[in-house]
Amino acid sequence: MHLILFIVFAGFCLAGAINLLLQSHPINSALSLIVVMTSLAVLYLMLGAEFLAAAQVIVYAGAIMVLFTFVIMLLNAGREDRTLGSRAAGRVGFPAVVAVLAVIATMILHAHGLGVARLSDGITTTEELSAVLFTKLLLPFEVTSVLILIAILGAVALASRGNGDQERTGGR
Amino acid sequence: MNSFLMQEVPLSWYLLLSAALFSLGVVGFLIKRNLITVFMSIELMLNGVNLSFVTFAHQWHAVKGQIFVFFVMLVAAAEAAVGLAIIIAIFRARATLAVDRIDLMKL
Amino acid sequence: MIDNLHLWYIPLLPFIGFLINGIFGKRLPKWLVTMVALLAPLGAFCLVLVAAAFAFFPANSRDALGPDPYRALSSLPFTETCPLPWINIPALHVDFSFVLDQLSLVMLLVVTGVGFLIHVYSVGYMGDDKGYARYFSYLNLFLFFMSVLVLAGNALLMFVGWEGVGLASYLLIGFYFNKKSAADAGKKAFIVNRIGDVGFLIAMFLLVANFGTLTFTEIATKLGMDPGWNGGVVTVIALCLMLGAAGKSAQLPLYIWLPDAMEGPTPVSALIHAATMVTAGVYMVARTHALFDHSPFALSVVAIVGAATALFAATIALVQNDIKRVLAYSTISQLGYMFLGCGVAAYSAAIFHLMTHAFFKALLFLAAGAVIHSLGGEQDLRKMGGLWKKLPLTFAVTTAGVLAIVGIWPFAGFFSKDAILYAAYLQGPNGRVVCYVGMFTALLTSFYMFRLWCLAFLGKSRSEDSHLHGSPWSMRVPLVLLALLSICGGWIGIERANGWINMERFSGFLAPVIGMRVAVGGSGDVELTLSVLAVVLALLGGVSAVLLYGGASAYPARLAGFFSGGYRLLINKYYVDELYGATLVKPLLGFSKYILGWVVDVGILGGIAWLLGGIAMLAGAILQRWQSGNLRSYAAWLAAGAAVVLISLLVPWTTVWPASIAFVWKVSGH
Repeated sequence: MHLILFIVFAGFCLAGAINLLLQSHPINSALSLIVVMTSLAVLYLMLGAEFLAAAQVIVYAGAIMVLFTFVIMLLNAGREDRTLGSRAAGRVGFPAVVAVLAVIATMILHAHGLGVARLSDGITTTEELSAVLFTKLLLPFEVTSVLILIAILGAVALASRGNGDQERTGGR
Repeated sequence: MNSFLMQEVPLSWYLLLSAALFSLGVVGFLIKRNLITVFMSIELMLNGVNLSFVTFAHQWHAVKGQIFVFFVMLVAAAEAAVGLAIIIAIFRARATLAVDRIDLMKL
Repeated sequence: MIDNLHLWYIPLLPFIGFLINGIFGKRLPKWLVTMVALLAPLGAFCLVLVAAAFAFFPANSRDALGPDPYRALSSLPFTETCPLPWINIPALHVDFSFVLDQLSLVMLLVVTGVGFLIHVYSVGYMGDDKGYARYFSYLNLFLFFMSVLVLAGNALLMFVGWEGVGLASYLLIGFYFNKKSAADAGKKAFIVNRIGDVGFLIAMFLLVANFGTLTFTEIATKLGMDPGWNGGVVTVIALCLMLGAAGKSAQLPLYIWLPDAMEGPTPVSALIHAATMVTAGVYMVARTHALFDHSPFALSVVAIVGAATALFAATIALVQNDIKRVLAYSTISQLGYMFLGCGVAAYSAAIFHLMTHAFFKALLFLAAGAVIHSLGGEQDLRKMGGLWKKLPLTFAVTTAGVLAIVGIWPFAGFFSKDAILYAAYLQGPNGRVVCYVGMFTALLTSFYMFRLWCLAFLGKSRSEDSHLHGSPWSMRVPLVLLALLSICGGWIGIERANGWINMERFSGFLAPVIGMRVAVGGSGDVELTLSVLAVVLALLGGVSAVLLYGGASAYPARLAGFFSGGYRLLINKYYVDELYGATLVKPLLGFSKYILGWVVDVGILGGIAWLLGGIAMLAGAILQRWQSGNLRSYAAWLAAGAAVVLISLLVPWTTVWPASIAFVWKVSGH
């Protein structure tokens, strides 16, 4: 059962990722990414991380990807045009990625001590998670909320129309 | 039939999937020409890493791995917000979202 | 109680004078400049007198004054060492040490005494010159370096003084730097001096290598201890020192700078190129006499060089027309006598001649200066004459000087020259040859000096300038004093003992430093014969000169026409300058200009600079393309860098290489 589920949803992940690369319109790429996100949520669930699966769907697929979609629609981004590329990207980047992938894959395959995963094996309850989160890691938790506040402020400041107009007319 | 209904998946497959997602994210970063799509590949990279964290958390039955994923998600959210605001600002200044055209350091 | 002589004040006072006049001289009033400039040598001279007064009294008479009040001087040599170390390494130890012994005392008396008189003279001579303060600052600088040279207790400090007087000489020869000939003469002097200094340097290196020390007393001790030091390396050291002395004291083949040095002001010629600097070579040979004593070969070289130079220069002086040139060649010739004396190991005789020569040569130069000053700058003998009526004092002192240099009894030159010739005669068959050369040179000396005397003073006036003026008192007083010294200066050497001139007192005085030379085979009769012969030759030369040049006869011109080839050779100084120019100077200049200038400087060095600049620009151009601002290329390089780091860390290289090779081996089908 686990195997079938894994194959199906891993396949969705890979397909979504590859589709993201192959599509030329950004909205299609965004939708593929949503597919990836939700498949990953299922995979988390299979690994026993219930809370994270939920968070993945709510935060990533539900908020972040929606944000992406809104921005794409706001800016009216169209199909990508074939601009002058960067030769280095192709000639230097690709071999690097391939090499890294190969090395990591080799290491994973030759690693000992990696066990197996079974369904309903080692499920982490939300209660366990929060017990650690709100006692031992309270400070980082609060700090990250401040971080999000700052991010909001920054986003508002950057994207507000007032700034934009002034920049267009020459700026301060 | 038994093999078909195998209840076990070797954890190394999860890790391979994670590595594959990460690599695809990097490739996307390199070959995509739209700024927003580039940003999306970054999110893809982050997700790949998240998966490997969860896998190891399952392996060692450690909650900390999952908490780390939690924080990564948080930060990714903040980053997405700010990053998209920056993209909007760039679009206002340059009127283009093509990565190759945004090559001067000052706006 | 004087415990310390404070020798270092002797160079210090002129140095202070140099600093004050050199830095502030232009802004100070003239009387102040003069005061500073004169107080420095006067102060130094007084200090030397203090030291001398107590050295000349033997110890027993001093004890009668009570418990020895001047303890420091009861035992010369007196060494004063600066507490700051100079060179202090295991291989070599050199200090700033001043040594006062009999030899340096005599030298200092001459240097500071005659130096002070010439300073006084310069006040009058250079009174109208614009560079008045500069002149005196240079003169004081010279005195400073000369005293350092004389007082030095080791070869390195002496070398400092040696180089310094060369510098001062350059500055003073080229004093009228606007004249090209003066500037060239200054350069020539310095460069030729430098060639000689190479010899001094090599000698110092050899001394350090063989004796491990540069202090004169230590070297003498080491030489005395081991009888094996004879010839060999000692000869080489001595010859190198002789080369240095030849450069400084204008002997063959490095004398060429001294005639040209007459471009400087006349007091400079008197002080530096007659009395003091050029005698530094003789002083140095006397100081290092221990080395020369152990090397008969070097001694004979010194004697031969000295005699040859004396003869050579005297022949050139016979026909020169510039009054200062005659005196310059005369100086070279007399220096040759001093080296001759050193070469027969009669160091005290050489020093004695150094002393008397300082007196009468300075006198002659100063008198020539007075003549030139009175005639408004005229230096050509053919345009002078009849000055005995118009410049009586100058005429009188010049006569005294001429009689002294020629060696007529009882003037100073007689005693010193005779001592040298007597010592040479006693030195064996080679010594006798050298002695005869010396005698012949004495004949020539007398001839050209009386020629000068006649042409300048006697006869009818040939000068165009009709308004002569006498010299100021500041010029006359030194002239008179020096004339007195020329007359009486030789009497120090007289001793009423069993010889005519025994020089016992003088050489006995110097013996602790220089060593007494035992007169072998000498006797009062030989000495008497030699001296009489010398006087006769001098009179012969003088009379013939007066006959030829006293009246306005045309005989000299006819003689010159008769020996026209020889005359041309002599008046062109044997074409030595031209020879050096063609063989040494021109090739060197050509080498510098073409090889060093074009090939090395422009080609190699310029090429390297251009290459480096080119490389930098090329690298910059290449790297510039990397900084494109393109996000994707940056990302690509980032990924590549990360990949490199990751792979180099993760892959176990020690097992991968063999494994990959094995894999390839297997795959290729074995």
